[in-house]
Amino acid sequence: MAETTDQLIERLAASVRPVRRLRPPLRRAALWLLAVAAIASAAIAAFADWHGFAQRAQDPRLINEMIGTLATGIAAVVAAFHLSLPDRSRQWLLLPLPPLMLWLASSGYGCYRHWLIAEPSGWELGESTQCLRFILAASVPLGASLLIALRRARPLTPLPVGAAGGLGVGALAAFALQFFHPFDVTVIDLGVHVIAVALVVSAASAAQRLAAPEPRLALSS
Amino acid sequence: MLAVTSDREETERRWSGLMAAAQDGDRHAYERLLREIAPFVRAIARRRHAAADRAEEVVQEVLLTIHRTRHAYDPTRPLSHWVAVIAQRRSIDALRRRTRRDAVEISDPVAYETFADPTANKRLEAYAATEGLSEAVAALPPQQREAIELLKLGEMSLAEASARSGRSIAALKVNVHRAVKSLRKRLAGGE
Repeated sequence: MAETTDQLIERLAASVRPVRRLRPPLRRAALWLLAVAAIASAAIAAFADWHGFAQRAQDPRLINEMIGTLATGIAAVVAAFHLSLPDRSRQWLLLPLPPLMLWLASSGYGCYRHWLIAEPSGWELGESTQCLRFILAASVPLGASLLIALRRARPLTPLPVGAAGGLGVGALAAFALQFFHPFDVTVIDLGVHVIAVALVVSAASAAQRLAAPEPRLALSS
Repeated sequence: MLAVTSDREETERRWSGLMAAAQDGDRHAYERLLREIAPFVRAIARRRHAAADRAEEVVQEVLLTIHRTRHAYDPTRPLSHWVAVIAQRRSIDALRRRTRRDAVEISDPVAYETFADPTANKRLEAYAATEGLSEAVAALPPQQREAIELLKLGEMSLAEASARSGRSIAALKVNVHRAVKSLRKRLAGGE
């Protein structure tokens, strides 16, 4: 230890400059979600399969599933912004769990019903790879912008922040997917959705970890 | 009891006020705050690090973290909680680093013994080779020597070495690159 604590304090004090305070986490989350909503609405309005969606939207199960994905996405993003600050409770991680349960339950019920009523063609991979590609492709820009927003707080524990952020992004992508999904959810679909979201969560956690500040920090900003 | 609570509240108010002033760029408020919270941080660090020098290292890391994340502090919330969480986190980080280091370092009181198994002697030969390396490092120009000592021997990150030496990351990269080149040349040539 080349420098004493007193010397370090003097150096830090000498280098202090005015900083712009971060806005409260809820407001930052709301701003990010609004920006995403604006862009996603434009994309959905332009490219959605409205005919197929209108037919499938008559099924209350789909509405439940969409409420589940959207609520999971919003709750997880709000949780991620809170978790990025050192003095907020880790219990924010629990916030997205209830809507996540609704999402998985309604999707799972859809699969079960499809399997009972229709032929067991749901076990074929078929168009599910498109869902995987859609969720992953939509998650990349969403995840990158969320990562940048979350990094502004320089989180101490990047893993839970990345996990919550990844879940939020994956869930929002899965919500948007419903406007382009031409068929009901099958068992393989559900599996693919879960895998896609898990991949996004893992990638976001890893990205947060990689971008995390060193345990020993530089004197900057 | 009431007096203790009142003192704590008063301290909390003062610390929050000082940090808010520091966020606005008030150097004196910031220095006063850091001096006031250093013992508080030290007490937390000592819970996990009995050795005074290790605890002090954690204290410095906590102060640096506070400095770097001060824009994220909300002055309407208690600062002591914010600082305590950072101190606990950095204490655990330091413990993990130490555990990782201990896992690869071997205490060998009979390091000069030659083992029957030739592969076992490689470690001792490696120790012997470090003597030549020390001489070669000592012969480097001062800036290159400092860069190699901080980054390679001290195992610091570029960011930390930059903070410690007061030189830019780019300058450190150039110096360490040149130093490694010189060392390689010198050690290979057996100068």
